[in-house]
Amino acid sequence: MDAILLQVLNGLDKGSAYALIALGLTLIFGTLGVVNFAHGALFMIGAFCAVTLNKIFSISSEKVNPDKTDFLGNPLVEKTPYLESWFGDTGIAIMDWSVPLAILFSIPIMMFIGYVMERGLIRHFYKRPHADQILVTFGLAIVLQEIVKAFYGANPIQTPSPAAFVGTLDIGVYIGFAENAITYPYWRLVYFAFACAVIFAVFAFLRFTTFGMVVRAGMADRETVGLLGIDIDKKFTIMFAIAAVVAGVAGVMYTPINSPNYHMGMDFLVLSFVVVVVGGMGSLPGAVLAGFLLGVLESFASMNVVKQFFESIFIPSIDQIVIYLVAVIVLLVRPRGLMGRKGVMEE
Amino acid sequence: MNSTTLSDRALLLFFIFLVLAGPAILAPFGGSYPDLLQKFAIFGVFAIGFNILFGLTGYLSFGHAAFLGAGSYAAVWMFKLLSYNVLPALILSVIVAGLFSVVIGYISLRRSGIYFSILTLAFAQMMFNVAYSVATPITNGETGLQIYNDDPQWLQGADSPLTTNLFGLKMNEVFWRPEFLGFEAQFNVGYYFCAFFLILAFYISMRISRSPFGMMLRAVKTNQTRLSFTGVSTRPYMLAAFVISGMYAGLAGGLWACMDPLAGAERMQWTASGEVVLMTILGGAGTLLGPVLGAGFIKYFEAIFSKINDQVLHSWFAFMPDGLENVMVAIVHPFVGKGWHLTLGLLFMLIVIFLPGGLIGGITSLGRWITGRGRKDQG
Amino acid sequence: MSSDKNALHTPLKRRSVLKAGAASAVVGAAPMIIPSTAHAYLNEPKGATVTLGFNVPQSGPYAAEGADELRAYELAVEHLNGGGDGGMMNTFSSKALKGNGILGKKVTYVTGDTQTKSDAARSSAKSMIEKDGAVMITGGSSSGVAIAVQGLCQEAGVIFMAGLTHSNDTTGKDKKANGFRHFFNGYMSAAALAPVLEKNYGTDRKAYHLTADYTWGWTQEESIAAATEAKGWETVEKVRTPLASTDFSSYIAQVAKTDADVLVLNHYGGNMVNSLTNAVQFGLRDKMVNGKQFEIIVPLYSRLMASGAGANVKGIFGSTNWHWSLQDEGSKAFVKSFGEKYGFPPSQAAHTCYVQTLLYADACERAGTFDPCGVAAALEGFDFDGLGNGPTSYRAEDHQCFKDVLVVKGKENPSTEFDLLEVVEVTPRAQVEYAPDHAMFAGGDLGKCNSGA
Repeated sequence: MDAILLQVLNGLDKGSAYALIALGLTLIFGTLGVVNFAHGALFMIGAFCAVTLNKIFSISSEKVNPDKTDFLGNPLVEKTPYLESWFGDTGIAIMDWSVPLAILFSIPIMMFIGYVMERGLIRHFYKRPHADQILVTFGLAIVLQEIVKAFYGANPIQTPSPAAFVGTLDIGVYIGFAENAITYPYWRLVYFAFACAVIFAVFAFLRFTTFGMVVRAGMADRETVGLLGIDIDKKFTIMFAIAAVVAGVAGVMYTPINSPNYHMGMDFLVLSFVVVVVGGMGSLPGAVLAGFLLGVLESFASMNVVKQFFESIFIPSIDQIVIYLVAVIVLLVRPRGLMGRKGVMEE
Repeated sequence: MNSTTLSDRALLLFFIFLVLAGPAILAPFGGSYPDLLQKFAIFGVFAIGFNILFGLTGYLSFGHAAFLGAGSYAAVWMFKLLSYNVLPALILSVIVAGLFSVVIGYISLRRSGIYFSILTLAFAQMMFNVAYSVATPITNGETGLQIYNDDPQWLQGADSPLTTNLFGLKMNEVFWRPEFLGFEAQFNVGYYFCAFFLILAFYISMRISRSPFGMMLRAVKTNQTRLSFTGVSTRPYMLAAFVISGMYAGLAGGLWACMDPLAGAERMQWTASGEVVLMTILGGAGTLLGPVLGAGFIKYFEAIFSKINDQVLHSWFAFMPDGLENVMVAIVHPFVGKGWHLTLGLLFMLIVIFLPGGLIGGITSLGRWITGRGRKDQG
Repeated sequence: MSSDKNALHTPLKRRSVLKAGAASAVVGAAPMIIPSTAHAYLNEPKGATVTLGFNVPQSGPYAAEGADELRAYELAVEHLNGGGDGGMMNTFSSKALKGNGILGKKVTYVTGDTQTKSDAARSSAKSMIEKDGAVMITGGSSSGVAIAVQGLCQEAGVIFMAGLTHSNDTTGKDKKANGFRHFFNGYMSAAALAPVLEKNYGTDRKAYHLTADYTWGWTQEESIAAATEAKGWETVEKVRTPLASTDFSSYIAQVAKTDADVLVLNHYGGNMVNSLTNAVQFGLRDKMVNGKQFEIIVPLYSRLMASGAGANVKGIFGSTNWHWSLQDEGSKAFVKSFGEKYGFPPSQAAHTCYVQTLLYADACERAGTFDPCGVAAALEGFDFDGLGNGPTSYRAEDHQCFKDVLVVKGKENPSTEFDLLEVVEVTPRAQVEYAPDHAMFAGGDLGKCNSGA
């Protein structure tokens, strides 16, 4: 039982990343009708916002220490971050909290990138075939990741969480299990909570603001809204920027979980498309639901007992194919995914 | 004879000329060596086949690489079991890919639009993951399926060559190495073997495109709903198109294995499926020549740009003064060698932004612009 | 300075080389149809230069290692052509190399991108052989690619000097007469690690394996399990993880549910960084199981990749082929010339690639030819020293190098960003040797050397 609960928790935690990326993708996909292959790259850029802030914080003064030597036998150049030498412990604390602080850093950057992308590129592709959209956004994704590679190299770069969130929390004891039955890393719990908050915020924004109402109306029937004299294009630009921010902050918070590298966006890209489509085109709740669902199923499939069960019915390594198998089954049972709307991206 | 068939015939002759003269045409561009020429032909076949489905019906399959991979595995198995003769290998690769595409097509075509794309993607990714790991006894996993000295090769003659051949005609044989304008061209048996199939593939695709069957497929693209209201069931036509294009992919995979007898799992990955999508769109989806151009474009960049290192750059700009030379090298450096992806990505964007309709669209409008201007000059 | 620059850049008049090559091909044979017998062997260098093919990952997850390999190759070419400080040529026990290229021919090179994919790597190697006339291909940063390219070189008839490849299969079931590996393998890692693990963690341990689900992972898992079981350890579970995984948390979470007290991560590169990070996140290292401290082992370390895992590597045992902190003359000379040229110490991938280039050049000199069969004969059974690993020999039966293996541990207090690992023990060569027909290497066949003629 505790093993299952642990995997549910793990699935929700994994699903948070899927859900956040899929949420932004659906906003673009469902509202603007644009197939955005560069969405994974936005996630990656978010993660590298955290890396960049970390680098900025650790800009250092250099002092030669004649007592120590470097690998060539020359005197060692010791580095002290300015933040540390100027602000002492406060400075160290700021460096320690660089990832959460990077959220504030990344929001304007992602908004700007989203704005420029929509105005400068995507806008001209609304009327073009989906094929052209794929080609241009895929090209953009390659360019973005190559730029990041040129600056940061191909290796993963460690970006630790604040020291306060290192370690695990024994959740099991709060809900009546034995000690150490369900322990889970703090940061992953933070990530899950953060994802829920972002998802909630986006839904609330669309539900309760006039802006959201117009956008939802625009999603349903763009032309009529346009006829009403509402500048729907401008609203859609903002929508694109919001989607970029959602992907970006998802990337920022993801960095302590797995060290970011330049191709992490591509790793998530295909998966996030599967999530969006399984959720159903044009449905935000569908995307979120599918994200969490696939996360949980993926976690279950990796359990040894589950693997052994499927092996006994001649399906070895179920964990290799589970996501795609589920996608096939869902799409065959429910023609428009879990909660898809009729007529969106069906032709 | 009406004008359509006339211009078709001209196009076909032009295409045959391009393909046969390939080694000579590409010599000045550093592309005249067997491997690259063969890749042009193989991916040309692949893209032509993909275009029959995507270009005509608008159904975007994101898992076509799976059929190519299946074809390759089938071919290498024929080499392992029978002999190095390429004919049985090619035949089986087309059949195997056909079988896979019947099953996957039958299921995937129950949906349309993006749902269809994701279904094909899901099947291909499952095949790739399985081929890379659990199916290792059949696929040799990470390394790729290759031929070992102790393979049975029941039909292998005692004195037949120990490399892929067509009844003794070795695929890797370079039979002519002339020099064109100071550039070496390599005429290779394998390339012309592939070229034969490329021309055949082109011809068949042309016939399909002009046939009533092709009309029907185009009607699907224009308005499937209307078609079903008129009482036409489109499913059999769609499935036929899917299977034909799957068999093209299998043929391409088989040819690849014939040129280089190793089948790696990566050629089934989504990136490989995506590549043929890009090739087709880049060249011009729905056109006859476009996909072949797109395939050549991408393969050329992969092969040539990735090999340009700083050494080569310095030799290019050696005529300049030292300072300027270094500046030029520094400018070009990020776009070549390890940065070749960057160039490719930029070109994707530039082409799709400025040439709607892909390369072929660009060439057509260029042609129109020239003739249009010519007319103006006359006027 | 300017002569230095020339040494680096003049070999590269690519077009003139190309022309010369084409011209010589035309002159050297019947006017139109040139049968392959025009040359004694494939790509016989007829001009003043000889071309080597450096086929490394320049894109994809191993691009950083590929870049380091390329640096090492460029350094090796510089030294072979008499430039720089000569590096390990001065400490190499064989004195056949004179710093005037190879057999008096200036060394030039071409580079390519394997993308860490068998297909792309073979394409790239083929273009080097067919277009650029390379007589030797070297490089690679994963076993799948190395084996695929090794097979190609055998078919084509050029020498393949493997770069970083750790699978038993490279010199086991997939060994080839034209292929040579200097790097160590899974069996050697296990043989070197097991005694150190026994000494540090005792004989009564329960090991849990997480293994990348492909050939390299399996051979390493098999090797480590066998070696530790021989020391009395019990293998509780062997779990395969999908290759595309980026998050290993669901696998790690299960480890704590068993009574295992050691976790072996048979992952490499990005997988290793993520699985190790995940394992530390889940607090495995703070656990006490069966009254013992829970331990994690990473059998194959890569310093480049370890930096991605940061502080998580501290105190974790693993093995490497070579490490820059070694104090023998060869290693010191190499670190010096590499470090002075590029500003940071070389990785083990760089080391093995540099050594392979030197070994190839030396074998050509000793054989007096570039003919792959002659070179192979000169490499087979060759004993040498001074290249950083102590006395080493290329075994004739499987073309595997035998030398000392380093057991390393993540350093607790790194003084610089490169100072991540410390060498715990240099396991003597005798301890990691095995018979050519050992069960983990059986089933292969070198075949006959192929010169492509």
